[in-house]
Amino acid sequence: MTLLLAGSAIVLAAASGLTGFAAPGPRTAQRWAAALMGAAAACAFGGAGLAFARARPAVLTFGGWLGGGTLRLDGFSAIFLVPVFAVGALGSLYGLDYFPAAKLLGKARRWQLFHGLTVASMGLLLLADDAILFLVAWEAVALGSWALVLVEDDHAEAREAALTYLVAAHVGTLALVGLVALLGQAAGSYSFDAMAARAPATPWLLALLLAGFGVKAGLMPLHFWLPGAHAAAPSHVSALLSGVVLKMGVYGIIRFAGLLPAPASWGWALLAAGVTSATLGAFLTLAQNDVKRLLAYCSVENIGIIVMGAGLALLGRASGNAALEALGIAGACFHVLNHAMFKPLLFFGAGALHHATGTRELDRLGGLARRMPATALCFLAGAAAISGLPPFNGFASELLLYLGFGRALEARSALAFAGFGAAALALAGGFAAASFAKAFGMIFLGQPRGPAGGEAHDPGPAMRLAMALPAAVCLALGLFPPLAARVLRSAVSAWNRTPGALLPSWGPAGQLLWRLPIVGFGLLLLLGLAWALRRSRGGVTARGDVWACGYPAPTARMQFTGSSFADFLLGALPWPAVRRPAGEAPSALFPARARFASHVADPVVEIGLPAASRFFARLSDRLSSDSHRAAGATLQGNVLLLLVVLAGLLAWKLIG
Amino acid sequence: MLSVLAHLALAALWPPLLVGIVGRVEAWFAGRVGPPLLQPWRDVWKLLHKGTVQGRNTTWLFRAGPVAGMAAVAGAALLLPAGGLAPIVSFPGDFVVLAYLLGFGRFFLVLSALDTGSSFEGMGAAREVTFASLAEPGLFFCLLALGRLSSGWSLGRMIASAPAAGGPVAALVLVEIALVVIALAENGRIPVDDPATHLELTMIHEVMVLDHGGPDLALVSWAAAVRLFVFLSLVAGLALPSGLTDPRLSLALFCALTVALAVLVGVVESAMARLRLVAVPQLLVGAAVLSGFGLVLSLL
Repeated sequence: MTLLLAGSAIVLAAASGLTGFAAPGPRTAQRWAAALMGAAAACAFGGAGLAFARARPAVLTFGGWLGGGTLRLDGFSAIFLVPVFAVGALGSLYGLDYFPAAKLLGKARRWQLFHGLTVASMGLLLLADDAILFLVAWEAVALGSWALVLVEDDHAEAREAALTYLVAAHVGTLALVGLVALLGQAAGSYSFDAMAARAPATPWLLALLLAGFGVKAGLMPLHFWLPGAHAAAPSHVSALLSGVVLKMGVYGIIRFAGLLPAPASWGWALLAAGVTSATLGAFLTLAQNDVKRLLAYCSVENIGIIVMGAGLALLGRASGNAALEALGIAGACFHVLNHAMFKPLLFFGAGALHHATGTRELDRLGGLARRMPATALCFLAGAAAISGLPPFNGFASELLLYLGFGRALEARSALAFAGFGAAALALAGGFAAASFAKAFGMIFLGQPRGPAGGEAHDPGPAMRLAMALPAAVCLALGLFPPLAARVLRSAVSAWNRTPGALLPSWGPAGQLLWRLPIVGFGLLLLLGLAWALRRSRGGVTARGDVWACGYPAPTARMQFTGSSFADFLLGALPWPAVRRPAGEAPSALFPARARFASHVADPVVEIGLPAASRFFARLSDRLSSDSHRAAGATLQGNVLLLLVVLAGLLAWKLIG
Repeated sequence: MLSVLAHLALAALWPPLLVGIVGRVEAWFAGRVGPPLLQPWRDVWKLLHKGTVQGRNTTWLFRAGPVAGMAAVAGAALLLPAGGLAPIVSFPGDFVVLAYLLGFGRFFLVLSALDTGSSFEGMGAAREVTFASLAEPGLFFCLLALGRLSSGWSLGRMIASAPAAGGPVAALVLVEIALVVIALAENGRIPVDDPATHLELTMIHEVMVLDHGGPDLALVSWAAAVRLFVFLSLVAGLALPSGLTDPRLSLALFCALTVALAVLVGVVESAMARLRLVAVPQLLVGAAVLSGFGLVLSLL
């Protein structure tokens, strides 16, 4: 029944894009598609609910095509299944107003088709319980996401981003093929059960795991494809990419780590990767002035936070600390759920204001809170949630991780040093709050900085609903986190599949979740009291000019900008953001013209990668000129060389 | 019940007095008589009864900032023990709630400053988030060291039993020093910020609330006093001698310690000049390094 529901969710989602061929008109087709995605989400929630309720996973093995395969749904995969279909359905709903089929016939159809297919293949990826099916599903996800980034193929930016994504995703897949081959060879079978029973955990596997899934998840040095793809894609595609496609990489990391008897060194590696991604991602978030790039870098940060939780869990399992293991996994899984709610919400908000103003540049926006009050309120909820502020859900998941760091610190061994990670989490939290104060302030507050904001207005009802629903979920999960307790407990007990390993102890995590409502409701009570105090006394409120040091005619262009806001913090630290100011300073007694522009470079994308690619270009130049001499510089010669190498390998295999 | 009421009354009414003491100490150094000790209270009361003037373009967020700031520091005060009075809300992990509540208040106060659209206020907000972000790791190092020393993760337990737990004394001393630096920074005191400056360009906290008046300003000043109390009571709670059995005696000692710390703040403000803005990050990173050392020592 569990798998039947999950399977029908996948079929419904895959079929949703086909309505374009059957329905009478484009508008109707789009509505049918959205309804199908809603039905798919309902089925997926039902299947996931059954998986959470049952202690044993639902398993189905089938034979035939490609040697058969296994489908399996347990609490851990179900916790990823819920956001996949939730964001899928929200995206379809949002698309009704954002991508109206009546106006953009071809694009809307194409988007709807690949949206459904990508969601369906993510569902398949989560159900897959053998490595071959898993890789096939991954490939479908990668191609589907590529097609989604390419929906607006009349923009050069989108074409370039899609190509980068395609290459990056396949480099990741290459590492995954290596991982799966090594594991399959060690276990004698490609089924995850066999791997859990027999496969060892070697350093090579860790390297392949981090490289393969790191690219897919956008972990820090491997995030180079991410900002471009998120910024260039339409907003509901960015929401899907950031909200759930990245999470599939996280799912892969934690799933494989749960299958193998990973030693403590794996935990340290994941923790280090998470800390790097979280702090540097947060730092670069602050430097962005394009709202969608800002959100994209923030995804790098949040993936880092989730991976930190996975690292804690592995450290806990390796050192026999059952409470630490549970806190790490529960924190990571809760943050997966939470990020899949507030990040799509923020991308939907970014889409709404791009729709209304035609720009994504923070320094050209301003004052939209008065013209787009509904969008402003939803965006504010998302911004507070992603900054980890109470009473929103991001706070609850980060708190689980903090308590995990505390648990690690209590240890009388080297494990205690893991506790230092809490300071990185705090630093990332501080930067995130600063970034979102900047984003919200520049977009919605003050006065319009450019001509764009003048006639902006809130989007249509479907887009507003698609923003209000996740905002409500963020608030509900933040006010009353025990809502997620049952689900998280099921995921915590299902993630670890190595035989004879220690069972995570749910106690401390559960107690913490049940203590949190007092924080949320207490804060609401205090807010109410403070508001009442403010209202109780006091006379009339008049409107007047803002103080500008006596200058009587300040204009909107004289307002503080996003770049200036971030510059002080970025300038306080010499590294890692490289600031590149450019322009002409005013000179002489009567300066005629002056210009200033500043840009903060991503150390990986704008410095590391170009240097590396120059190096490889030179290397390949030299190698190819050598091989030109060796093989006569012809295609045929190269093919011959390939054939000889293949024959040699075959001979070696046959003899050995 | 009675102790809860006493705690609430202390957290609400004691802080403005501390601000008054700081003012009197400064006046004494400057050879003036200074305002009465209860002047901060009178100011809050007076402002609460006034009307306000609000910028033409501001939204509801302009008024929400002071309200959120007040609620946040009030919540933070409920998490801390005050001498013999146990915290009103306490559970393992509440030390994070303390830091994030302060962050909540700051976030909305920054938004309220940006709502005016004034460059002065934007500049103040940028400085505020910069110093707050850089102070955050130091605060967490301090709290983690206390948690490690006391093997407990609720603030009540951390503050009550960390000094008596028998860990290295040096760790506690480093934590205390770092906490004092962070307290000065978070409360906008010299050497980080000069609360008495009249030049907008050099302000941090004051410039963020330049356009707030009447009840809004009352909430801002009251919240600033409570925030000072929160940080001073963190420092004072750790300095309290352990083994006091009489709760009234330890409460009296706690109040005396907060007064002594307020005098110390006044002395620092009178004796030294404000640091240049570009030097403040170095001070905060220094505090973080110090508290990091404290955490390492607490692992011994």
